Amino acid sequence: MKHVDAVIIGGGPAGLAAAIELRKKGIDDILILEREKKPSGILRQCIHDGFGLTRFGETLSGPKYAARFVREAEALQIPCLTDTTVLEVTPDRHVYASSSEHGMMEFEAGAIVLAMGCRERTRGAIRIPGTRPAGVYTAGVAQAYINLKNKMVGRKVVILGSGDIGMIMARRMTLEGAEVLGVFEVQPYASGLPRNVEQCLNDYNIPLSLSHTVTDIRGTDRLESVVISAFDEHMQPIPGTEKEYECDTLILSVGLIPENELTWMAGAEKDPGTSGAAVDENYQTTVPGIFAAGNVLHVHDLLDFVSLEAEALADGAARFLKEGSLPACNLAVRGNELVSGLTPSRISGEDDVTVSFRVRRPLRNCTIELVQGDTVVKRRRMPKALPAEMIQIKLKASDLSQTDDLEVKVTC
Amino acid sequence: MLREFTCIMCPQGCDISVEFEGATITSITGNKCAKGEAYVTQEIENPMRNIATSALVDGGDLPLASVRLTDVIPKDRIFDVMAEIRTVELSAPVHEGDIAIHDVLGLGVDVIVTKDVDAA
Ligand SMILES: Cc1cc2nc3c(=O)[nH]c(=O)nc-3n(C[C@H](O)[C@H](O)[C@H](O)COP(=O)(O)OP(=O)(O)OC[C@H]3O[C@@H](n4cnc5c(N)ncnc54)[C@H](O)[C@@H]3O)c2cc1C
Ligand code: SF4
Repeated sequence: MKHVDAVIIGGGPAGLAAAIELRKKGIDDILILEREKKPSGILRQCIHDGFGLTRFGETLSGPKYAARFVREAEALQIPCLTDTTVLEVTPDRHVYASSSEHGMMEFEAGAIVLAMGCRERTRGAIRIPGTRPAGVYTAGVAQAYINLKNKMVGRKVVILGSGDIGMIMARRMTLEGAEVLGVFEVQPYASGLPRNVEQCLNDYNIPLSLSHTVTDIRGTDRLESVVISAFDEHMQPIPGTEKEYECDTLILSVGLIPENELTWMAGAEKDPGTSGAAVDENYQTTVPGIFAAGNVLHVHDLLDFVSLEAEALADGAARFLKEGSLPACNLAVRGNELVSGLTPSRISGEDDVTVSFRVRRPLRNCTIELVQGDTVVKRRRMPKALPAEMIQIKLKASDLSQTDDLEVKVTC
Repeated sequence: MLREFTCIMCPQGCDISVEFEGATITSITGNKCAKGEAYVTQEIENPMRNIATSALVDGGDLPLASVRLTDVIPKDRIFDVMAEIRTVELSAPVHEGDIAIHDVLGLGVDVIVTKDVDAA
């Protein structure tokens, strides 16, 4: 068994940014453990443009954004064991990993950073009826086939779900010569960003049908068609609206789920609002010395926020390593019925903190208030707020009380 | 004429309402910054886009390298440029920043590699 000050699980943008920032804060003994052959996480397949505007002030492709962090980690000589899967994390911070080169390994960590990212919801997770032919892919899997392996997944395509990755794949497949018949979304609004509706769908005349979903999948070996039905406001199919679309491929872009098996093994408590770990203002989970950031904590739409969050995590983790513990965070953070995915769930009131959340449905002219007791700590008016866009609000220690819980109130 | 645009220049995606005659904007609301006005002006005159795709790599540890254009091109030339990119095959190793096609179709932009691919 080997002692390591900071073990980082996952070499995606969150893990890399945390490692680099920890080193800059004087933590020398760091180890990144990454399951794939190379670090950079999901970004190696996100070849489109649009990353980095907040963090670097310019727009970069996914691989280029990742390369900046990989190079910096290399320059700082931060060790990264690739082809290495972490199998277990214990509450007393032992990490068990395995690789074909080194076999089973055990590390005793001073602090652990969970940065495992997320995976996609699949057909099973949304229970679409019908046969099980080939030709049904999640958007990320189709993206990996096309962008990494040079395998075109199909020629006549229906996309279910208006998540950003699905819309990006609609454009990608059109560019590669496929016919994309349409994007169908069960909600009455697009779940991805408006700019992607514009530049991925409208630019290529790909129709977006809201309040519609797939109600049957047909075909024996290969997909032959899907049936789409209109849905009412109670999310029930409207009889008589069924329409059959002949296609050889169905792409699912129906959401991402944080990859938290290791988190729960370590005994960390779940935040029901995010499905990720409950964390305090230092990104520390309920298990001392175990931290989480990036998509494993809550699903991000903007990569720049992943990097910034991981860098903020490094502050707390470095302090934990130097001082042995972090100040208690006894104030709860709660949101009202229009708030979803709120994090952190606890704060001390003694430090600056960034609160992240989403609105539950599209809103116009809403007011966001962060309130402690009778005091409004911060108020922001928003002409437009969408579930697709994470809202982040920074609070200064000097504005916070150390006695009252913090409430996030969105009103419309 | 009155038209609504969604600005694609940054993730904010502002809804911009514009009144214009010919190519002259007479009123514009909804853009949070000057880039929005520049975008809309361009959209009215001649929409321009960048594209990201892949080029084949011979002898690499991956069969493809991601590429993009150094600058935007007219929207109606996108599929011509895609066809042109499909004709090239790079030789591994390739490096981020390598030029895959110089001045593609005489449009004044280069196709550049955005990812390193090592030799297999
Ligand atoms: C398909 C897809 C497309 C996306 N497109 C966009 C986009 O267009 N624009 C945008 O801004 N954002 C996009 N995102 C989101 C963005 O990529 C993420 O916000 C960002 O990559 C999250 O970084 P991360 O480090 O938290 O996770 P990831 O990038 O997922 O990295 C997690 C890493 O942890 C490793 N790992 C997981 N479990 C283990 C284990 N047990 N042992 C060892 N290693 C492990 C994984 O191999 C991976 O390398 C996309 C996400 C996905 C899934
Ligand atoms: S107008 Fe400015 S802030 Fe709004 S989307 Fe365009 S670039 Fe972004």
